[in-house]
Amino acid sequence: MSRSYRDRGVVLRTQRLGEADRIVTLLLEGRGLTRTAAKGARRPGSRIGARLEPFAVVDVELHRGRTFEVVRQVETVEANAALRADDRLWAAASVLAEVVLHVAVEGERDHGLQRLLRAGLAALATAPAEPDVFVDAFLLRAASAVGFPVRTGSCARCDAPGPHAHLSVVGGGTLCGDCAGEGTQRVGAGVVAAVRTLADDGAWQALPGLAREAGPDRVRAGSYARAYAEHHLDRRLRSYDAVERPGPGSPEVRE
Amino acid sequence: MYEGALQSLVDELGRLPGVGPKSAQRIAFHLVAGEDADARRLAATIVRVRETVTTCTRCFSVAEQPLCRVCRDERRDHGLICVVEEARDVFAIERTRDFAGAYHVLGGALSPLDGVGPDELRVAELEARVAEGGVHEVILAMNTNGAGEATAAFLSRRLAGTGPRVTRLASGLPAGGDLDYADEVTLSRAFAGRREA
Repeated sequence: MSRSYRDRGVVLRTQRLGEADRIVTLLLEGRGLTRTAAKGARRPGSRIGARLEPFAVVDVELHRGRTFEVVRQVETVEANAALRADDRLWAAASVLAEVVLHVAVEGERDHGLQRLLRAGLAALATAPAEPDVFVDAFLLRAASAVGFPVRTGSCARCDAPGPHAHLSVVGGGTLCGDCAGEGTQRVGAGVVAAVRTLADDGAWQALPGLAREAGPDRVRAGSYARAYAEHHLDRRLRSYDAVERPGPGSPEVRE
Repeated sequence: MYEGALQSLVDELGRLPGVGPKSAQRIAFHLVAGEDADARRLAATIVRVRETVTTCTRCFSVAEQPLCRVCRDERRDHGLICVVEEARDVFAIERTRDFAGAYHVLGGALSPLDGVGPDELRVAELEARVAEGGVHEVILAMNTNGAGEATAAFLSRRLAGTGPRVTRLASGLPAGGDLDYADEVTLSRAFAGRREA
């Protein structure tokens, strides 16, 4: 059996290895999360180094190694160079990568997560004026992709038809008056609508409008998205703090 | 595997970057078999480096005095600051003998995944140097990888409007290489950075 194979995926992270090599972590279409060694990738003349930069979509030929798969060849499918040319986009894309590094599983393909990541990076690569709203959207959509969809149309606990005005992180979305416990925050319809837009898989093009028009509701929905993702994915997202946010808005929804 | 001091030496050498167990073993046996004076000189040098080498208070490169050799040199242009990620980058540039300005060592590059933001780098110190006045150009000489590009973009924004000209090192085709071996990212940059012939 050949020890080499080809696959396509997204570069999530690179780390130094030895004198001139790099560990490159990829989310591959066929094999999920995969750690590879790119020999000589840090040398200026390397043919593979420039192609294996974070957030690039690449076709790779890999050779099975003892500790890591070894990169033999790389072809760029989508360089997403804009994400490295602007520190605000770099920070935003890093949150997407951090989430995927946490939820993706080595050796397990996940088409939903792959599709979501590539769509999120492509949306960010258009250099939107407010990348934070794309990050917030990705958080809710990634949570949904791994089994924690946020519910805004009905009560997340008893299914009572909505709309409802209580928003709960732990409860999984909006809650009706009967299910909302003490401490659950009442929010305006605008916040619930903003959460719905953020979570609506596929509607990336609606996000710039949300950023422009929703104002404090969007800021509050964003803080909810972070709290929701961190709670349900059970991880504090440290790259999130590097993302530039709009000025102080409404109080956070953390419950 | 080995006894006492020899095993300790193999273990200590094996903790060094780029030294695996086999290499650690080979170096240890080399030291054991070599001249006594060679081993003592090596040990004394390591101790002396630890005792005397520190960080330059102005540019944060390595120094044996409060100011490094470059910062003490009055013949250099201290209004021209080359910003690099690591102190070893200073020596890479010094090897060219083409640069006669000063340096500023950031201490890394922006890496949100690792929790490295502007506060973890010597950005405030750079801004303070610029604010002191007399700086006419800041050259951003970050690595040409994603983190380096993002850091350069960040510094460009932060330094915009503060006075000095802010420039980036050119990037493109490596010297001595064939065009058809260049990857498309490098080639694109070479086109973007073309100049009058």
